[in-house]
Amino acid sequence: MEENKYEGLNLPNYNIPEDIQNVVSITTLDRLYNWGRRWSVWPLMFGLACCAIEMIAAQTARYDMARFGMEVMRPTPRQADMMLVSGTVTKKMLPSIIRLYNQMPEPKYVVAMGACASSGGPFKEGYNVVAGIDKFLPVDVYIPGCPPTPQALIAGMIKLQEKIDKQSIKKVRWYEKGKVDSNYVPMPILGPDLIDVRRNAEYKEAAAKKEGVA
Amino acid sequence: MTAPDSTTTIDLVARFPDFVTADARPGFSGFIVKKENLVEVATTLRDEFGFDLLSNVTGVDYLADNKMEVVYHLHRTTGGPGLVIKVQVERVDPVEVPSLIDVWAGADFQEREAWDLMGIKFIGHPDLRRILMWEGFEGHPLRKDYKEAFFEEEVKPFKSRWPDGKHTYAEFKNPFRDNLKFPEGFDPDKYAPQSEDDLYFSLERSSMKKEEGDLNTDHIVVNMGPHHPSTHGVLRVAVELDGETITSLKPVMGYLHRNHDKIGERNTYLQIIPYTDRLDYFNSMANNFGYVTTVEKLMNIPVAERAEYIRVIMAELSRVQNHLIFIGMLINDLGSMYTPSLYAFEERELILDIFEAVSGARMMCNYFRFGGVVRDIPEDAMQKIKDLVFDRLQAKTDEMERFLNENEVLVARLQGVHVLNAEEAIHHSVTGPVLRAAGVPYDLRRADPYSVYDRFDFDVAVRYNGDMYDNYLIRFDEIRQSLRILEQALKQIPEGPINSQKPQYQVRVPAGEAYGRIESPKGELGFYVVSNGKPNPYRYHVRAPSFVNLTAVETMCKGVKIADFVALLAMLDIVMGEVDR
Ligand code: SF4
Repeated sequence: MEENKYEGLNLPNYNIPEDIQNVVSITTLDRLYNWGRRWSVWPLMFGLACCAIEMIAAQTARYDMARFGMEVMRPTPRQADMMLVSGTVTKKMLPSIIRLYNQMPEPKYVVAMGACASSGGPFKEGYNVVAGIDKFLPVDVYIPGCPPTPQALIAGMIKLQEKIDKQSIKKVRWYEKGKVDSNYVPMPILGPDLIDVRRNAEYKEAAAKKEGVA
Repeated sequence: MTAPDSTTTIDLVARFPDFVTADARPGFSGFIVKKENLVEVATTLRDEFGFDLLSNVTGVDYLADNKMEVVYHLHRTTGGPGLVIKVQVERVDPVEVPSLIDVWAGADFQEREAWDLMGIKFIGHPDLRRILMWEGFEGHPLRKDYKEAFFEEEVKPFKSRWPDGKHTYAEFKNPFRDNLKFPEGFDPDKYAPQSEDDLYFSLERSSMKKEEGDLNTDHIVVNMGPHHPSTHGVLRVAVELDGETITSLKPVMGYLHRNHDKIGERNTYLQIIPYTDRLDYFNSMANNFGYVTTVEKLMNIPVAERAEYIRVIMAELSRVQNHLIFIGMLINDLGSMYTPSLYAFEERELILDIFEAVSGARMMCNYFRFGGVVRDIPEDAMQKIKDLVFDRLQAKTDEMERFLNENEVLVARLQGVHVLNAEEAIHHSVTGPVLRAAGVPYDLRRADPYSVYDRFDFDVAVRYNGDMYDNYLIRFDEIRQSLRILEQALKQIPEGPINSQKPQYQVRVPAGEAYGRIESPKGELGFYVVSNGKPNPYRYHVRAPSFVNLTAVETMCKGVKIADFVALLAMLDIVMGEVDR
């Protein structure tokens, strides 16, 4: 069946008689599981900066991300599958982003949209800018551009779908035994500068070294 | 059409011979006022001379002279050139200047910003907290001796990149391999983050008094944002509620503070243009316009005739697009999800196609240059503009008005909900459509004409009720006026070169200061640039309409129901890129 093949549900090389192709599919559990997830990636309704406007544009009539099952923007993280980091990540905003991420249930994905979210972009040198969200969150797909066009965004989403296709229910982290939330990120603190609590020891060492020199 | 900064002929020195002197530095203008008498002079200027609008407040750090300067740009809502007053103080901590918040409430956020970024204390300001950075942040970043963590050199182009083009990642130069910088001996384990009590106390102070016999209910504080679908980006508001009624409210911003000013001061003049795109990211053309107009004022160069028209065409298309999105988003916020905004976005796409055809980018156009624009409009794009302006946009505006204006639900939600009256708006330095919907015909295209706007026949859109419905309708009025301007511009546009200057990487800007302003779709977009003759601006400040308009949000929302707050905020048409910069 033409559509099913396109949707990647059927296993190849099984000859299903033509008259029941519409109703019968021979597939694996992995494929079925991934097929269901890849067509219903619900993004978190979450705009940070200029890139968010292109994200909205991608939702509108001309580009219509709904074709990929991604139109259901959820304002609450509890119902979202994917966080689209669409814009500059500032130090002041970072704790909120981390909190949102921690509140998302598995399976969850992070897409860094645009130069800013990927690396700090044009504002990297700024004192309030985090040079890329990947310093804190595990990013699945990076989309280059400033801002990426809606087409580029959709291409990135397709990449994410391809990634989902390759996952296996046996190995995914959210079904691993004993792991409650394998992707929990500790909250950074806003101090004299951004304090990443995972790196406290390093900060202390550096402070001690500086004192030693002085 | 670039004339040197025309200040008024008011002789303030004659009026206050004891404590006002004229600013005699070459290239500078205005008056220097003794700080002890600032409030007196300001009050006189407002009451006797009619400078009712405080456009801009900012500080300049003259490190070499060991001086800090606070600059005030004043204007009259009846139009005409402005007046600049300055206060100079010794650069020893604490730097203290009296606050003007009692004279113009519009000084509120701008003074807080100057405190946050430059460390100027405004004595008498009731709520002088940091505004863009968080409480507890170390240092005042816009001071000239502040060095950010990824600091490389004072100004660009960095020697490491030019002429040899060798450079390493900024991370490798920082001890933490990251954009981090801590004070000496800092111990993260012993650090206790500052609480947000100050913010909540500032709410308490302004809460309403109870009447005798009122039900004794607890007030609750609700934080909306920074992640909230209807705060138009990463704005946060702390709202104090009595039941459903807002008793007090404070916006908290800075969640998108991208250090525009600081990066701008390291950049060369030309390098700033693409950064201005990212201020109000709906209207990169308007931002470009404001910035190049200001620098052209300083450089005193003419603009190519054809380029002037192209600029106007682009700026007005941008306004049309902005207002359409405003209407779509407003109705989104009122609860009619998506459909109206889909209509708006459809037209926006067509306008963005034009931007893409002329500049190569849909949103971040980077299209204007000093003396003109970077490319001419291609033949087919010109045809598209004509089709849009003479045909499609008119019809679509009619269509939207037909669908929406008399819609019962919309009218019920909007009509009679007070936004601002003229007095409140002016007092809070609110500009743009919100001011005009309150009955003040103040449009910079007429009040202080720039570029070639004086050649077009158009009306300043005004409405008089100052309620939400008027604020909504005025957007349609402005679209119509923009289309009128566009029609004339398209008919009159001459052939010729598109830039009066040779293409150049490094422009020469004589020493001096300039404050340029344009009517952006959101209000008065001003740029304050101080040059010391070097390839980089010494001081570069953006007076963003969204930011200053937010000053009035508490006045607007006190006493209304929380459900209306979302719509009232939408009225201000803020863009966080511009609020936080
Ligand atoms: S990548 Fe560019 S468009 Fe996107 S948020 Fe950053 S500056 Fe804005």
